[in-house]
Amino acid sequence: MAGVLHTLVEPGFFSDSAVQLALVVGGVVALVAAAVGVFTVLRGQAFAGDALGHMGAAGGSSAYLIGLAPLWGFVAVALAAAGLMEMVGIQRARGRDLATGIVLGAGLGLAALFLYLDTTHSGTAGATGTILVGSIFTLDPAILPAALALGAIALIIVIALFRPLLLSSISPELAVARGIPVRAVGILYLIAMAVAVALCAVTIGAILSTALLIGPGAAALALTNRPGRAVALAGVIGLAATWLGVLLAYDSYYWPPLHHGWPVSFFVVALVLIAYLGARAGGRRRVGG
Amino acid sequence: MFSAFMVNAWIVATIVAVVGGAVGFFVVLRGSAFVAHAVPNGSFAGAAAAALVGISTLVGLGVFALGGALGIGLLGRRGRPEVATALTLVFMLALGALFLGFTTEYGPEIYSLLFGEVLGVSSAALAPTAGLAAATLAGLALLYRPLLFSSVLPESGRARGVSAFGIELCFLMVVAAATTVTVPVVGTALIFSLMIGPAAGARAFTARPHLALALSMAFALVTVWAAIALSYESGWPVGFFVGAGSAAAYVCGRGWTLARRRV
Amino acid sequence: MTDGTLTAAEPREATLSAEAVTVRLGGRSILDEVSFTIGRGEFTGLIGANGAGKTTLLRVILGLQAPTAGRIRLGGPGHARGGIGYVPQKFLLEQDMPLRGRDLVGLGLDGHRLGFALPSRRRAALVEEMLEAVGAGRFADARVGRLSGGEQQRILIAHALISRPRLLLLDEPLANLDLPSAQEVVRVLSRVSREQQIAILISAHEMNPLLPVMDRVVYLAGGRAATGTVEEVVRSEVLTRLYGHHVDVLRVHGRVIVVAGTGQDEHPAAEEAGAGGVEIV
Repeated sequence: MAGVLHTLVEPGFFSDSAVQLALVVGGVVALVAAAVGVFTVLRGQAFAGDALGHMGAAGGSSAYLIGLAPLWGFVAVALAAAGLMEMVGIQRARGRDLATGIVLGAGLGLAALFLYLDTTHSGTAGATGTILVGSIFTLDPAILPAALALGAIALIIVIALFRPLLLSSISPELAVARGIPVRAVGILYLIAMAVAVALCAVTIGAILSTALLIGPGAAALALTNRPGRAVALAGVIGLAATWLGVLLAYDSYYWPPLHHGWPVSFFVVALVLIAYLGARAGGRRRVGG
Repeated sequence: MFSAFMVNAWIVATIVAVVGGAVGFFVVLRGSAFVAHAVPNGSFAGAAAAALVGISTLVGLGVFALGGALGIGLLGRRGRPEVATALTLVFMLALGALFLGFTTEYGPEIYSLLFGEVLGVSSAALAPTAGLAAATLAGLALLYRPLLFSSVLPESGRARGVSAFGIELCFLMVVAAATTVTVPVVGTALIFSLMIGPAAGARAFTARPHLALALSMAFALVTVWAAIALSYESGWPVGFFVGAGSAAAYVCGRGWTLARRRV
Repeated sequence: MTDGTLTAAEPREATLSAEAVTVRLGGRSILDEVSFTIGRGEFTGLIGANGAGKTTLLRVILGLQAPTAGRIRLGGPGHARGGIGYVPQKFLLEQDMPLRGRDLVGLGLDGHRLGFALPSRRRAALVEEMLEAVGAGRFADARVGRLSGGEQQRILIAHALISRPRLLLLDEPLANLDLPSAQEVVRVLSRVSREQQIAILISAHEMNPLLPVMDRVVYLAGGRAATGTVEEVVRSEVLTRLYGHHVDVLRVHGRVIVVAGTGQDEHPAAEEAGAGGVEIV
């Protein structure tokens, strides 16, 4: 038994302080993303979530280059992008996706420009890597209180607005008829999503943040119809994928290529995808086709 | 910028614009902006893998673009298509991150792959690129009617024997092919905007589908030519100008629509 | 168990013949031995509340859903031309879509074929003729997504008719239209049906707009059907037997109102009487 445990968990895992921080921050982020993400799936806003992640990448690199923690860059740009999308966007899904795409294109174009100007002016190219795929093992412990605070904000929005958010996500017309301020709820939700995406960007990278946002939520929704249960289930899936991802990434240090290690984000995304595929297969069998 | 060695770049730019504008007409019609964003970004992993293994980038791009497109199509058949798109995209990006992690000497090439390069297509790659572009356009021409029909009225199409799923798969493959042709010049991050901005702008100016398709290609041509010229002069990335030009085309279209409504 | 057909067209000449069509999905019986015939050029209303099985029956006829038992037969002598034209219930024509009504009707002619449509005067004339037939000539060149619900409906009818079908199926075309638009659509359908001898099967949950033009009715409730003329089918005794509980049929000023009795019913038969209660016009 001890032998099995030893092969699964390479030595020093639980005592490594970087790992401990990764598990705590990763865990918090996973739970927040799962809660917010269930609604992202229900509202059909996966593209918007993805776009926020990509735009956040631009913000993260800018922040890094002026010496701030990337988290603030992610948050600032994600919020701005969310606001812009809300302004430009139209109610119907198609118009919104088109507007999202245009804003994303403009934003990424700017990111390309900034990266170019900075590499030619200051020659810092390595930062892009951590911005894009996250830096969960090299987090600054000072980030923890900020991450917790931001996570709390996102969670509070989702929990406080749970029922109006649910109704306006599933049937906006019905929500309007009940007197729910659908637009205001939508804006608050975009804020929660921007914050959640920014948090994910820190742990698994901006461009991969979508996986943690919608993967667990989509998997949970394939398994249950009850939204409360879906949120809980998504939290469990996201948490498991993140922690297991951290473990595997730590172990991979001993895999080929030796002493190099595979990125955590790769494992988390792969695990989330497996969970989603499994949930779909399992869900279908339960319903009986 | 019109010297001999740039002729290649102008030819390729024209090819890229025509393909991007034509495919873009259908991307906007079908509301597939997310797919147009996902397939090229996913193909990035293919280019990274190709560099690792030592084969042509074009092949890597093509294989992963096709794989991603088919993955999106098959996964999205039941359940939510946009979740399928998002997860396929992100998984391929994660693969790309993994492959990139294995190669350390890659800096400027990553940048070109992401954001485009004026001389992105070498003389050696010109013939296969042109060939693939011709095949893509021929495919679009062949699919024109059923694609239009199924995109606008999928239920009626199904009743007339046009399978909505079959059309979706064909369309995804066209997007994959267009990706392979256009990414080396515009970059994976921003090619999608070439496939939505010009088409979205064009449709504001005419209600006739043939004209909207032609106008979409025309707007794309202006965008890409300007991008090549400006990138050549300033050194700024091609992708930036494409993103900006596409946004401009979209804004023009919206502006025109609003202006006409007030009249 | 079904009330069966009270009067029927000769099966041999029938444009469409449904024979004991049964559909069972997931343990539920959606259609239970539904039989009826539609004769050439006949205008038939498929009436039933939401969830009664109308769309399923239409899908079976179109070949999009395989019946668990029974079958659909099309044809008869002199019916060499045309298949089934279809106007779906749900369609989204985006406001900004670059497509004119004229283009949409053209797609009805050859949209299923590969390649481009070569410009031809014959094709253009055919399209124009069809547009005039449904009274859509006026707005044929406008963006189809900007038309009103009734105008879009007429374009779709022209789109379905241009392929010269022998039978035109419409799935709840009147559901989201105001009364004048609904009446206009019914007038157009009736005229086209008579002029071109095209049989029409139109599903609806409210039968009053169709009363002036219906030749026959297929009344669905709980998966079972009663078929015949309106006088034969829409009667208290017949519908009571069909629903399995007491139903009253009132005729007030030329309108028919079906009122379900109290009891364990979820039948929105009360829907036909307007929201909650009987409406006397």
